[in-house]
Amino acid sequence: MNRLLKHREIFLALAILLVLVLVTIRFPRFAQPGNLLTIFNDSSILMMLALGQMTVILTRSIDLSMAANLALTGMIVAMTNAAFPGVPIPVLILGCIAVGGVLGAFNGVLVWKLNIPPIVVTLGTLTIYRGLIFVISRGAWVNAAQMSPDFVALQRGAFLGLPILSWFAIVVALLFWLLMTRTPLGRSLYAIGVNPTASVYTGIDVGRTKFLAFTIAGAVSGLAGYLWISRYVIASTEVASGYELTIIAACVIGGVSIAGGIGTVTGVLLGAIFLGVINNALPVINISPFWQMAISGSAILLAVILNARGERQKGRVILKKAEAA
Amino acid sequence: MTPPVLTLSGITKTFPGVRALHNVALELFAGQVTALIGENGAGKSTLVKVMTGIYQPDAGEITVAGKPVTLPTAHAAFEAGVTAIHQETVLFDELTVAENIYLGHAPRNRFGMIDWRKMRSEAKETLDSMAAGIDPDIKLKELGIAKKHLVAVARALSIDAQIVIMDEPTAALSQKEIEELYVLIELLKADGKAILFISHKFDEIYRIADRFTVFRDGEQVGTGFIKDTTQSQIVQMMVGRSVDHIFPARNAVIGETVFEAKGLSHPTEFDDISFSVRKGEILGFYGLVGAGRSEVMQAVFGMTTPSSGSMTLNGQSIAPKSAADAVEAGIVYVPEERGKQGVITGQPIFQNVSLPSLKKTSSNGFLRAAQEFDLARTYTERLDLRASSLSQNVSTLSGGNQQKVVIAKWLATNPKLIILDEPTKGIDIGSKAAVHGFMGELVEQGLSVIMVTSELPEVLGMADRIVVMREGRIIATLDNKGLKPETLVRLAAGIAEEEAA
Amino acid sequence: MTDTTTRHLPNRLDNPLRSSILSWESLLIAVAVVIFIINSFASPYFLNAYSLSDLTFNFTEKALIALAMALLIISGEIDLSVAAIIALASTLMGFALQFGADTPALVAIGIGTGIVCGAFNGFLVTGLKLPSIVVTIGTMSLFRGISFIILGDQSYKGYPASFAWFGQGYVYWVISFELVLFLVMAVLYYVLLHRTNFGRRVYAIGNNDIAAQFSGVRVARTKFILFCLTGVMSGIAAVLLTARLGSTRPSIAEGFELEAITMVVLGGVSILGGAGSILGVVLAALIVGLVTFGLGLLNVPGIVMTIFTGSLLIIVIALPILFRQWRNRRPA
Repeated sequence: MNRLLKHREIFLALAILLVLVLVTIRFPRFAQPGNLLTIFNDSSILMMLALGQMTVILTRSIDLSMAANLALTGMIVAMTNAAFPGVPIPVLILGCIAVGGVLGAFNGVLVWKLNIPPIVVTLGTLTIYRGLIFVISRGAWVNAAQMSPDFVALQRGAFLGLPILSWFAIVVALLFWLLMTRTPLGRSLYAIGVNPTASVYTGIDVGRTKFLAFTIAGAVSGLAGYLWISRYVIASTEVASGYELTIIAACVIGGVSIAGGIGTVTGVLLGAIFLGVINNALPVINISPFWQMAISGSAILLAVILNARGERQKGRVILKKAEAA
Repeated sequence: MTPPVLTLSGITKTFPGVRALHNVALELFAGQVTALIGENGAGKSTLVKVMTGIYQPDAGEITVAGKPVTLPTAHAAFEAGVTAIHQETVLFDELTVAENIYLGHAPRNRFGMIDWRKMRSEAKETLDSMAAGIDPDIKLKELGIAKKHLVAVARALSIDAQIVIMDEPTAALSQKEIEELYVLIELLKADGKAILFISHKFDEIYRIADRFTVFRDGEQVGTGFIKDTTQSQIVQMMVGRSVDHIFPARNAVIGETVFEAKGLSHPTEFDDISFSVRKGEILGFYGLVGAGRSEVMQAVFGMTTPSSGSMTLNGQSIAPKSAADAVEAGIVYVPEERGKQGVITGQPIFQNVSLPSLKKTSSNGFLRAAQEFDLARTYTERLDLRASSLSQNVSTLSGGNQQKVVIAKWLATNPKLIILDEPTKGIDIGSKAAVHGFMGELVEQGLSVIMVTSELPEVLGMADRIVVMREGRIIATLDNKGLKPETLVRLAAGIAEEEAA
Repeated sequence: MTDTTTRHLPNRLDNPLRSSILSWESLLIAVAVVIFIINSFASPYFLNAYSLSDLTFNFTEKALIALAMALLIISGEIDLSVAAIIALASTLMGFALQFGADTPALVAIGIGTGIVCGAFNGFLVTGLKLPSIVVTIGTMSLFRGISFIILGDQSYKGYPASFAWFGQGYVYWVISFELVLFLVMAVLYYVLLHRTNFGRRVYAIGNNDIAAQFSGVRVARTKFILFCLTGVMSGIAAVLLTARLGSTRPSIAEGFELEAITMVVLGGVSILGGAGSILGVVLAALIVGLVTFGLGLLNVPGIVMTIFTGSLLIIVIALPILFRQWRNRRPA
C-alpha cells in the first residue's frame, strides 16, 4: 500500500476507476464508451490549463491569473469574430495563443526582471485582466448569435470519432510530454524546482526559465480562451471566474508539489480527469451539483496530505544498520 | 615547462564592508593537483565563486589556455571548461543519476530532443569506468553522500571540463571512501585535467596535491611545490604567526554531575548514547563530520525526540519536546549553521538577543524597550561585540560577531548547560580566541559546557573530557590528559594503528 | 585586535524622525492625500460627511480581515480561505435564523464558525506541516462548498433589525458601528504586533522560522493562534457583511481574500514574511477604499476598479525595486 501511494499516477488511476465502478454499479450507463468520451472531452480544457500551471509550479512559482487570461483572450477573440467573421479560425487560434502568451510573458517579466513574488504579480494581473475584459466589452456579452458558424462548429466537430476539443487536449498533452521529458527547457524547469542554487551552478538562467514558464502558461490560457468560448458559446466578464483554483486543484491532485520540482504530465492529466469524473458522476447519482465545490476542496486537501507524506524529508541516515534496512 | 591551463591575476572582490579577495593570483596546470589552503574566511569560497561565474571580480584577469576570458554567468564558466564539485554536492535529489550527470549538456537526437537512451548508456559507461557501481536510472536522493560525490565527478568527466574544482570533497566521507576518491583524482589527472583541491586536511594535501597556494585574509601569501615544503611552513603561511594557538588557562572547579543522558537512541541517526557533564566542565564531542554529534545535541535540545533513553538535569528527569521546553529547563544550543539556525538575519542585534528572554524584559507580555536594550547591552559587551549600535541588523555583522550575538542570546537566559556546535567554524582568529576565552569564563562561573567540534587543536585545547563518536555511536569517552591527537583521529575514523598521520 | 577597552554600544544610531519620514507609511500617507484631493476635485459629492461615511462601508469588512492577515503574512503564512469562511459563517447564521436564533446567538455562531475554520486551517498547516497556500486553496473550496450544499441557489433573508444594526447602524452622527469597530481593532492589532512579546515572536518567525524555533519560540503554536485570529476576524466580517446586506447567498464575499491580501501587501507587508506594520495596512485599506469610492462616484463600474487596485498593487511594489535598480546601475 505504501508503495502504491508513492506511485501517484497508479493511485490516482485506481481512484478514478473506483469512482467509475461504484457509479456504474448503480447506473450501468455511466461507464458506456460514449459517456466516458464525454467525460474526457469535458475535462479537456482543464487538462491543458493544468499542464500550463504545472510548468509554472515546477519552478516554485504560481500563476493565479490563468483564468483571467483565458477570459480576456476569449473576449478578444469573440469580439474579433463578431466584428470580422471572415478571419479564418486557425488565424484566430494562433492569435489567441499569441495574446495569451503576451499576457503570460507580462507576469514573467515582472517575476524575472523585478523579482516580485509570483503570487503578488499574478494576484495583481488577475484583477487587471478581469477588469480589462469589462473595459473592452463595456460589460456586454458576445453570444452565439454573434459568432460565426465556423467559430462555434470547430469544437463540435469530430475526427476519428473523437471531438476536436479532445484532440486539442491530446496534442497539447503530447507537446507538454515532449517539453517536460525531452527538452533542455523542460528539464531546467524541474532542476530549478528541485534545487535553485545548484541550477545556477549548472548554468541555468533561473529568471529566464521562470519567464518562459509563465509565457507557456499564458499561451495555453490563450488557447483555452478560444476553446472555452467556442464550447460554451458565450463570452462575458464572468467567464471562468474562480477557475484558477480548479486548475491548481487539478495539479495538486495530480501530484504536483507546490514546493516545486515534482510533477508529471500523466499525473496532471489524471488529476484533471479525476475532477471531470466527479463532476459528471454527481448528477448521475442524483447528488446536487452544489456538492462539487466541497468535494474538490476535500480532494485538494486529501491530495496535499498524501503528497506531503511522500515528500517528507528524512533526516540524515547515519547508523549503518539503518542504511542497510 | 608547460604553460598553465588557467591563470588568475590581480583578482579583487569587495563586498560592502568586507574585502573578500585582494589582488589574488592563481595558476592551475594540466594533469596536476593544486591545493588551495587557507583558514575559514580566507577567501577560498569567494575565489571558487569567481571561477565559476557566480561572482564578478571587481578587478583582475582570468585566462584559460592563454586567452583572456570573462565569466559573466555560470554558463560562461561551464563553456570555458570550469566545473566545481562542492562540499554538500550541489546536485538534484529528485532527478536521476544520469540526468544529474548530463543536465545542461544532454545528448540530443536528430530532432533536437533529449536522447535518454544515449544519455543513460553514456552515463553508465562513465560510471563503470570509475567502478562506481551506481545505477544511472535511480534518483539521486537514493544515494549516500559518498556516491553523490562520485556522480559529481562523473559529471565533471562527462562535460569534459579542463578545470575541475573540488571544494572540500572529503568532508563527509569515510576513510575508505576517501581512498576511492583518491583513485578518481588520479584518473582525472591522467586525463589531463587541471584540478584545484580545497581541503583543510594536511594528510590529504600531502597525499594528493602537486602544488599549493595559500590564502590568508583574502590575499595570496604563498605558493610552491608540495614536495619542497614542510607542513609547518604551510601552517606558518596560513596563520601568519606562530602555529600554537594559545588556549586559555583553565581554572574551573569541576563539581557534581549536572546533566546526564542514558541510552539515547534514534531509528536512523544515533544509538545508545550515554554521557554526563559536570558543573564547571567542558565536555568535548569529537568525530568526523556526519558522525551524528549534532543530531544527538539536537535531541538533547528538544528539536528531535529520541525513540528511547532518558535524560536528567540536576537530578530531575527531563524530556524536552521542543527547543522551548529545553530552554525553560536551562539547556541552550549554539547551532553549527549560524545563518540558518542561529541568528535571525533581518532583525537588529537587541531583538536577536532578547528573543528567548522576552518574558524577563517585558511586563505582562508587553514589550519594554529600555529593558531589552539593557539586557542586550549587558551580554553583548561581556562578549566584546563589535557593532556600531544595538539596532544594527545582524546580517551586517561578521561571522564571529554573529556568533557572539547567538552566545549572548543564550547567556541572557541564565542556562545551566550550554551546548556549542562547532562554535568557531568559519570565524576569524580573533573572534575564535574570544569565544575560547569566554568558554573558559563560563565554566569558571559554574556552567556546564558541551562543545561539539571537528577541530583537533580546539578539542584538545579546551575540553576536560572528550567523547568520540563514529557512525552514530560513542566509540570512547576519554580524559583529556596526555592524549595524542593521533589517538583521537584513529578512533574517529575507525582506522587501525598502522595508518599513522 | 588589541583594542581591549570595553566599548559602549548605543541603542541606535539613526534618527527615528528621519527614518520615519522616509518610510513606506509616509509614502502611503502621501498617496492617500493625493487621491483624497483628486476625489474632491473629481466629484462635488465627495466632500460631504455622509459620503465620507458611506466610504467607510466600502472597506471596513475587508480591512478587518487584512489586520489579522497582516500578522499571518508577516509570520510567513497566508490564508486564501477568508472569504469562504465568511460565506460559511454567513450561511450557518442564516441556517440558525430559520430555527429562530436571536441576535446574540447569530453573532456567536458567526464568530464561532470563524474560530473553528481558522483552527482547522491552523491544524492542517502546523499540525500536519502542510504548505498554507495549498491548504487554504483547499479549505476555500471546502468552506464555500459547504455553503453551496446547504443553500444551493437559495438565499437566507429576514435578519432581525437588531442584527442589521451591526452592518448598517451608526454609533454617533455619521460614524458607523463598522468604522468604530475597525478603529478599535486596528488599535488592538497595533498593540499586539508592535507592543507585545507575541508580536515580536511573529516577526522572528517570519524572518527565519528555523532560527526562531532554535531560539525557543513555539513556532507551531504561534502560527496556529494566527490562523485562529484570521478566522475570528473573518467571522466578525461575516457578521458585519451579512447584517449590511441583510441576506446570505453562497457567493457572498467572493474575491474578498484577494482584496484583503492586496491591502496587506500594499501596506508594506512583505509577502515573504518578516516585515510590515499595522499602520501601513490601515493606510492601504484607506487608499483602496478611497480609490474604489472615488471611482464609484464617477460611475466607474466595480469590475473596472479592480484594474486600479491590481495596478496599484504591482506599481507600488515595482517602483521601489525599479528605483533601486536604476540607482545601482548608475556609476557611483
